[in-house]
Amino acid sequence: MAAAETYPDDLKYHKEHDWARIEGSEAALGITWFAQDALGELVHYEPPSEGDVVTRDSAYGEVESVKAVSDVIAPLSGEVIEVNQNVVDEPEKVNADPYGEGWLVRIRLSDPGEADSLLDVEAYKLVVADS
Amino acid sequence: MAQTLQRTPLHDRHLALGARMVPFAGWEMPVQYEGVIAEHKAVRADCGVFDVSHMGEFEVEGPRATELLQSLLSNDLDKIGSGRAQYTLLTNERGGILDDLIAYRLSDFRYLLIVNAANRESDFRWMKEHEIRGSDIRDVSDEYALLAVQGPRAIARLGLPEATPFTFAEAEIDGIDCMVNRTGYTGEDGCELLVMAEDGAALWDRVLARGAVPCGLGARDTLRLEVCFPLHGNDITPDTDAISAALGWCCALEKEFTGAEELRQIKTRGPERKLIPFVMDDKAVPRQGMTISGGGEVTSGTHSPMLDRGIGLGYVPAAASAPDTDLKVDVRGRERRAHVVNRPIYKREE
Repeated sequence: MAAAETYPDDLKYHKEHDWARIEGSEAALGITWFAQDALGELVHYEPPSEGDVVTRDSAYGEVESVKAVSDVIAPLSGEVIEVNQNVVDEPEKVNADPYGEGWLVRIRLSDPGEADSLLDVEAYKLVVADS
Repeated sequence: MAQTLQRTPLHDRHLALGARMVPFAGWEMPVQYEGVIAEHKAVRADCGVFDVSHMGEFEVEGPRATELLQSLLSNDLDKIGSGRAQYTLLTNERGGILDDLIAYRLSDFRYLLIVNAANRESDFRWMKEHEIRGSDIRDVSDEYALLAVQGPRAIARLGLPEATPFTFAEAEIDGIDCMVNRTGYTGEDGCELLVMAEDGAALWDRVLARGAVPCGLGARDTLRLEVCFPLHGNDITPDTDAISAALGWCCALEKEFTGAEELRQIKTRGPERKLIPFVMDDKAVPRQGMTISGGGEVTSGTHSPMLDRGIGLGYVPAAASAPDTDLKVDVRGRERRAHVVNRPIYKREE
């Protein structure tokens, strides 16, 4: 079942509808409610491998619904330290809980200063309103 | 190129239900309401209703209507009597498929053809060019709405008597007159209701009140692919022939029709490639246009809600077309394993 539309205020956002939860030198990444709603029920998550380097503004994986496939864009750069295997097995977790159980990867940040370029929740909501 | 999209008589109903509307073949159509997977499963388990009013309807009438259609369509109309329907192909001189359609024999002198929305104009032009004296073809699409009510409980929910597939009859559903066609595009029992355009919304409301789940084009596509019904424009086109597409069963090669001789030759020498159903062994969703190793191509692909894995249709060399043959599909640069299966891909366990 799909979640209700929310955008938590403790996250940082990327205009391509991705979020980052920064915790010290690490961050969890995922896609926003808006992104999962636009795609519809997810049926496949093609994750990166642990140890892969992800680069800000570049694709690090793919999420796929019945109708469409979409790149997942990294809001921050770093090295993948964990892939959410639960989402690989049950991609619909992203629809049910995009900011919780539906996280996609954890990365070790290579340039924590990049976080300054991300949007806060109010700025991101403006992006959503324009989409 | 801005082009105004056409709207069906049910447009307001779709918006009221919160449907996601998309352009399709020149029409603004609902792709989903609650979600493709839930809608798909509703049709497999119980009953769903689809607005397919975008499809085209032609009436062909006259003392030589049968003669005209026998010369243009691949299947043999002499095999069916009045009150029966037949899946058939409109073919070109090369044996290519201009469209696939269902012909309803209203009488010996009058037929209804229901054609794909995307081909409505080109089909009509083609048929008009080949019209003969004593036959008259009219495009009556705008006069009707068409609702497909599909699923194992569809007929019971509509309160209709059981009937044989590919028959049709006039009926009244909650006071609304319609033509009930025992046809569909989901592999399930059910019917397609042809109704006057102005009664379409009222019939839709009645069908929903009887418990049918509103379903969009997304579920229509996953349902038809699970049972290997080809989609014109994807799996069959003017450049593909019926023999290669495993549609020889609806080509009466003993009669004369456009392209029959070419099809006979293809059948005699054997097609070079065949349209096969396949199931992914690796986790991946095949999509139209992806390459199949060894010289093949995916023509339709999706995620099967019933099998919970990727499925598709594609052309492969005849030598690689037998069931259980291993295939590799190039999924955006990654080689993913699949294998050829028998038709249909999905069948309910009895």
